[in-house]
Amino acid sequence: MLNDGYLVIKLSSGYNIGVAIDNTTAELIEKGEKPKIGYDEEDIPTDPSKQNISIVSTGGTVSSVIDYRTGAVHPKFTASDLVKANPELLDYANYNVKALYNILSEDMKPEYWVKAAEEIANDISDGADGVVIAHGTDTMHYTAAALSFMLKTPVPIILTGAQRSSDRPSSDANINLIDSVVGAKSDIAEVCVCMHGSLNDEYTYLHKGTKVRKMHTSRRDTFRSINAQPIAKIQNKKVKINPDYSYTKRGANELELNTSIEEKVGFIKSFPGISNDYVEYHIDKGYKGLVIEGTGLGHVPNNLIDSFKRAQEENIPVIMTSQCLYGRVNMNVYSTGRNILDSGVISGMDMTPETAYVKLCWALGQSDDYNNVKKIMQTNVAGEFSPKSSIKDFLN
Amino acid sequence: MKFTNNWLGEIDRAALQESLRGLNFKYENFENHTCLVENDDEPPHSLNEEALDICITIACLMNMHIVDEFHTMRKQVIDGSNTGGFQRTGMVATDGYLDTPYGRVVIESLGLEEDAARRVETKDGFTEFRLDRLGIPLAEITTDPSMHHPDQVREVAYMLGQILRSTNVKRGLGTIRQDLNISIAEGARVEIKGVQDLDLMAEIVNREVTRQLELIDIRNELQNRNAEVLEDIHTLDELFEETESKILKSAETIKAVVLKGFNGLIGREVQPGRRFGTEIASYAKKRGVSGIFHSDELPAYGITQDEVDKVSEFLNIGDEDAFIIVAHDEDIAVSALEEVKRRANLGLEGVVEETRKALDDGNTEYMRPLPTANRMYLETDIPLFKITADRIEPIANDLPELPDVKQARIIEEYKLSEDLATQLVKRQEADMFEDILVDVSVDATPVASLLAYDLREIKREGHDIDVLTLDHFKGIFTLLADGKIAKDSVRKLAIETIKNPDTDISEIAEKSNLVMMSEDDVAKIIADIVAQNEGMVKERQMGAMGPLMGMCMKQLKGKADGGLVNKIVREEIQKIL
Repeated sequence: MLNDGYLVIKLSSGYNIGVAIDNTTAELIEKGEKPKIGYDEEDIPTDPSKQNISIVSTGGTVSSVIDYRTGAVHPKFTASDLVKANPELLDYANYNVKALYNILSEDMKPEYWVKAAEEIANDISDGADGVVIAHGTDTMHYTAAALSFMLKTPVPIILTGAQRSSDRPSSDANINLIDSVVGAKSDIAEVCVCMHGSLNDEYTYLHKGTKVRKMHTSRRDTFRSINAQPIAKIQNKKVKINPDYSYTKRGANELELNTSIEEKVGFIKSFPGISNDYVEYHIDKGYKGLVIEGTGLGHVPNNLIDSFKRAQEENIPVIMTSQCLYGRVNMNVYSTGRNILDSGVISGMDMTPETAYVKLCWALGQSDDYNNVKKIMQTNVAGEFSPKSSIKDFLN
Repeated sequence: MKFTNNWLGEIDRAALQESLRGLNFKYENFENHTCLVENDDEPPHSLNEEALDICITIACLMNMHIVDEFHTMRKQVIDGSNTGGFQRTGMVATDGYLDTPYGRVVIESLGLEEDAARRVETKDGFTEFRLDRLGIPLAEITTDPSMHHPDQVREVAYMLGQILRSTNVKRGLGTIRQDLNISIAEGARVEIKGVQDLDLMAEIVNREVTRQLELIDIRNELQNRNAEVLEDIHTLDELFEETESKILKSAETIKAVVLKGFNGLIGREVQPGRRFGTEIASYAKKRGVSGIFHSDELPAYGITQDEVDKVSEFLNIGDEDAFIIVAHDEDIAVSALEEVKRRANLGLEGVVEETRKALDDGNTEYMRPLPTANRMYLETDIPLFKITADRIEPIANDLPELPDVKQARIIEEYKLSEDLATQLVKRQEADMFEDILVDVSVDATPVASLLAYDLREIKREGHDIDVLTLDHFKGIFTLLADGKIAKDSVRKLAIETIKNPDTDISEIAEKSNLVMMSEDDVAKIIADIVAQNEGMVKERQMGAMGPLMGMCMKQLKGKADGGLVNKIVREEIQKIL
């Protein structure tokens, strides 16, 4: 294999080395077996006494292997490979597995949320007792929020991923995946993220899809509930539901799918010295809505306020969130905040900026009318607001 | 830890065996010594270029070809000693050689690896590791199978040690570890890990050869007898209801397998004190039992002849047949007997390819199957690293002197005794020695003697010798060169300097009363002493030399050179006579 003027050779000891070649000819002595990535196709057995869980693969580390060409991790496994790579899954349920698409989560787009929601709705109406979505971790919380707004579900919908690729013996994929299946069999009919709860392979948490965020670049316990507690802890394949949590029970909702979204929504982070050009640009370019990551309680420098007024005049809703991530936006405390409110900016309350962004995409899909969108943004649609800020909800 | 396929979908047998053991792991990490990388909760940082440069140095010293591009690999190791389930390793150089008194030995490869975590203990179903050692760079040197004599193995190990010592690698017991690969005709390649004592190497090789010869002999005998390992695992609980054997009584279940044609061979010694049965037992132990009972050693361990007869009858054991019993919880007993069957079947084929552990007495014990190339795949988190000529040349042009070359040179150049030179090199003080003498024109022997002998004693007395810098040494020996202090005072001045490292050396010498007197002052004092003892001189003549020297040195110790005192005393006596 030739790479950048270097020939990669695999020695019989298993080591790879790179040999610089220059005007060299190579002679073919014999051909080895062509490497095959993945597993042979096999039928997955079904057991009528077990629940039917649908596994949808979208790509990401949880379903990725090494690209021998570049040496990088690539999403190549299909969902059926996942079951074959984790055969103990068969002890827990029957599976309907499919690869919806195969992308890294940084390449995720709103249109893929729609595709995923439709697929999940199909699976549920076809009788799935729960759905597990294998997803890249980087943007999993955006997809979790999107599915939360788009779907009213009678069964659990669990997103899961891995911080260590499944080709590694120490991968967290296996436990996350199995616990997700356990979660998908449970009574919690909500969109949740299931990931490691600590650095140990000890337990996982089910986080509410609208209240969760990736908080560390590499740790296994990177996903945290923000301004909320996890809904449940899964340990030794048992779901322990947080008694403080009122969750939607299995079967309480009828399946409803509402995938209308507006993709042209801007996302601006405020910083010291920010120019109002940032806001003006989005208005000029025809953005339909803006989410601001303000400082502290929800502030931006005063020089942005006139641009917010212009946005309101042009019927562009502007949602204020906080780059503190933890806590609730409150624009009544300081005069700047009140000026921002007067310019028509809508409070994002205690939503994460990402959830607010996804919600605005969805709200603008529901209505073109500024006042309707404002009303939707102020209504608790999928548990994205916590009515009360608990002292327990910080850095946990 | 979960066993995974490599990218070719092939399976490494060593990794598979470990995964079948179903172990749990605990890791101790001390925040000051470890970070998220050791926890496998952060991707690795980039390649340690200092370690790579040391490897390049070693490669040059062993006449090797350095690879153009270094590829970091993952070697699957799922015994828990690596938190990621693999060890990072890469090939730095290939195809070198060393010339030994027994002939040329080919150095096959030089790898740069990460050390594994330290195993602390196994209890309550958990194996505990400490992460402080994990990830420390290791150079792995592999020779080819061209050594043919056990003593040559020791010689090569010594030479490799010399090369490593000349570079900046860490020293001390365990920092250089030797693994031996041994194979004989009709035998199999066996890797012996953890050989630390060079003197034990030849013995280990000899005993391994014996073991392989015995196993081949056992195989031939088994084949003659048409021996066979029977599939069934039998439950013997009822036969032992009344047993007096404590181990059997306390076990949940007692199970056995039948080995047809094995009678007498399980008890056959393969190494001093280790039998074929010990080999089988070491496989079973990996599944959680503390041992096995085989028919060649029974009755024993509280099991009576009567009970052996009952078992033999129950299992339908013939004259040439044997059985093996395991007592434990149901699933562990079954799993252990599966291993017993597997190992017994391998005995029919002869010697097994294994990784074994060196024991203190020169014997070895089974650790795991020999890993295959299948356990290697690319470390994707570290970019490929080009090793250019620009990197190699400065290293190749400035190679360290090998210890024995250095020793021979300093003996010649500084007229040192062999012992002094050996100690200087061994204690890695030769560079300091030469650095001092570059700037200070002084007799080399006291310099060498301080560095090679005195420092060690000073350290033993509880002083921190690491405080002493090149400038300190230069200061001390400049005073000696200028005749300001006596040779005998060097050691004392070094100790005082450790106590006052920031004070000027001359000042320390003065304060400690170590500065020598002028020759005139010395002569005056001696003249006085001799004069006071004129009677004795007249009476004993030159015989007074001894007592007078004693009196003078008592007063002048450290302030005058002994030779000078001797000379003046002699002159003064002669004046009287």
